Amino acid sequence: MQTVNLTDTVDRTFMEKVMEESGQVLSQCYQCGNCTASCPYTFGFDIPVSRVMRLVQTGQKKAVLESSSIWLCASCTSCTTRCPNNIDVACVMDVLRHIARREGFVKERRVKAFFDSFLDSVRKHGRVFEIGLMVDYVCKTGRFWTDMDLGPKMLPKGKMSLRPHDIKGKDAIARIFKRFEEENK
Amino acid sequence: MSKLSYAYYPGCSGQGTSMEYEASTRGLCEALDIELKEIPDWSCCGSTPAHACDHVLSAALSGRNLALAADMGEDCVLTPCPSCLTNLKNAGRHIAHSDDFKAKVNKLLDEPINEVPDVKSVLQILFEDLGPEGLKDKILKPLKGLKVVTYYGCILTRPPKLMEFDSEENPISMDELMKAAGAEVLPFPLKTECCGASHGVARKDLVMKLSGKLLDMAAQLGADAVVTACPLCQMNLDLRQGQVNQANKTSYKLPVFYYTQLLGWAMGLPQAQLGLDKLCVDPMPALNGIAKKEDAA
Ligand code: SF4
Ligand code: SF4
Repeated sequence: MQTVNLTDTVDRTFMEKVMEESGQVLSQCYQCGNCTASCPYTFGFDIPVSRVMRLVQTGQKKAVLESSSIWLCASCTSCTTRCPNNIDVACVMDVLRHIARREGFVKERRVKAFFDSFLDSVRKHGRVFEIGLMVDYVCKTGRFWTDMDLGPKMLPKGKMSLRPHDIKGKDAIARIFKRFEEENK
Repeated sequence: MSKLSYAYYPGCSGQGTSMEYEASTRGLCEALDIELKEIPDWSCCGSTPAHACDHVLSAALSGRNLALAADMGEDCVLTPCPSCLTNLKNAGRHIAHSDDFKAKVNKLLDEPINEVPDVKSVLQILFEDLGPEGLKDKILKPLKGLKVVTYYGCILTRPPKLMEFDSEENPISMDELMKAAGAEVLPFPLKTECCGASHGVARKDLVMKLSGKLLDMAAQLGADAVVTACPLCQMNLDLRQGQVNQANKTSYKLPVFYYTQLLGWAMGLPQAQLGLDKLCVDPMPALNGIAKKEDAA
């Protein structure tokens, strides 16, 4: 198991930041482990979700933001549903991704690339254009063989449109993204 | 009863990977005299990628659609997709409860949001407003002898304080509708387990394990089919079933229906409206099995 030297790496403002952005009272987490026991992704996480909570409490910013777990979290909200202290754990995981993204920590590049391709597609067309999204993802990651086997299953069924579904208000959507970037400069 | 009518948010996947869910939802609602008024020029809610990026951005993408629905004069929006449902509900909740958050969202939008309509899933309306009883006399071809497991996925009823529908640990709405349509519903212990959600592309290895567990359990129970209400769950279990088989050395051929398809089938809706030909695992053996069991009886 990875061990962390608590005294060398404490960032005292980190927990406050996460509390403020998530609106959750993190000090209430008493490490019962319900979230980890409920989390379907525990087997694939490098740090189980309850431990992520503890690391946030103890100001271990770098260890948390460098983890795979925050990118692999599927937002299934099992943790939130079962936390006895009413902590919205899934929301905390979301906020950790926000901070990691802003500060340039990206452990799971492919997951982030997929999210980015998705949002770019929405920004361009107003709705997701699935084939365009996949092409963009392949360009970003170089993973040409991703899901190649699914094409022959979907195309004959007409399940993937070859053309984007542009909406009339697509400029309004592009403006939402633009203003968001300006606000967060 | 006066005609039920709602603003309708189809969601992006309904135009592509889950077009059969969209078609069967519309067909079913029409047959049940529930009017779905599509939100004009609706846009993507941003799904998981948006809320994983920023909550204000996510709420603005969803909020635009809520505002359009309010402009239509509707006070309730329906959507078939649990992911859209979560995003729309979350946005509405936060905008309504925090002026500060609302102001941040409005800063991103062309027009500020005033009213925030309620948001519900189509399943919720069918279960709560119509009810299994209201369905019974419409069933022309009961799903007799069809053994199904109902798979709700993780977010349709969770977290309970946000979703306010059915049970977060043991949901029964689809079970009851399926029973009303004559199917045999097997007790499925993984009703709300995660199928791997949107990581199918980036981390397929993880999804193969999670979706594999669901198919293993359904098969062990002797189910003829899985019934879902979520485009992402359906895609992971149906479209990716071949990949799951390959990864886990299994050979399942379990059809994965949308509940709207099976209800529509039992109500005798035309096949074209149900989009059965869009499913990857051939559903016909299971459906033909119903007819055979009927003959034998
Ligand atoms: S379930 Fe809640 S209290 Fe328990 S470890 Fe997880 S976050 Fe902490
Ligand atoms: S929301 Fe994320 S951390 Fe919580 S149980 Fe689901 S996958 Fe695990």
